[in-house]
Amino acid sequence: AEEKQLITSIWSKVNVEECGAEALARLLIVYPWTQRFFSSFGNLSSPTAIVGNPKVRAHGKKVLTSFGEAIKNLDNIKTTYAKLSELHCDKLHVDPENFRLLGDILIIVLASHFARDFTPACQFAWQKLVGVVAHALARKYH
Amino acid sequence: MLTAEEKKLICRFWDKVPQKDVFGAEALYRMFITYPQTKTYFPHFDLHHGSDQIRSHGKKVVTALDNAVKCLDNLGQALSELSSLHAYNLRVDPPRFALQLLSQCFQVVLAVHLGTEYTPEVHAAFDKFLSAVAAVLAEKYR
Repeated sequence: AEEKQLITSIWSKVNVEECGAEALARLLIVYPWTQRFFSSFGNLSSPTAIVGNPKVRAHGKKVLTSFGEAIKNLDNIKTTYAKLSELHCDKLHVDPENFRLLGDILIIVLASHFARDFTPACQFAWQKLVGVVAHALARKYH
Repeated sequence: MLTAEEKKLICRFWDKVPQKDVFGAEALYRMFITYPQTKTYFPHFDLHHGSDQIRSHGKKVVTALDNAVKCLDNLGQALSELSSLHAYNLRVDPPRFALQLLSQCFQVVLAVHLGTEYTPEVHAAFDKFLSAVAAVLAEKYR
């Protein structure tokens, strides 16, 4: 219950569009091999191009909005992500390891925005959450 | 492999880290809180926030990283003794995984302190650097 509090109190202050865009951009910059999933996104040739790419921003927003759904349903994350899991496996063919990478990046983005407010206890709660989300997304793989 | 540009970024931003002693302790503490399994390597430590042992060990780790930053062209040599220590004495296991957790925590602390200055480019450079350090430390495992 305490952890849920830590999660929702940070989440309430997050700008989903900005944060989502930043997290996805960083994924593509820090782990360039992830660009393989986004060949239709246009110019990903440099960090500046990636950060400014409108498709990256839009998709980042989509991904983080979906995260918001998990936060609204913390007791039922597996069900919330069942369909998305199938999608990522059957249509998108994304190696689940990438979910862990994005989760770690999201933590760093939150840390850079919230600084001292992103306490060790917050980090623990959020790291747990991104782990659960990554697991739920990988669940329907076959 | 670190590019020349990345080496420059690492040196520049490493110098911006305030109070390096505290920085090391903070990263270690966050690691113990966020990933409780890492506590298993320190059964002999007082792991409370601000403990002398965490502080002095954090300082040790940061000093080693400081040395690594000064020898970016030859991490293998700079970290050779530590590599033996981690492989034969400490046996932090699994070799790459646990060190990755500490790397994540160092990056969170960097992000907390540097805020928006922890740009995607700086983030990528440090992620690479810390991965390289972890790889060298894991080299002699078998």
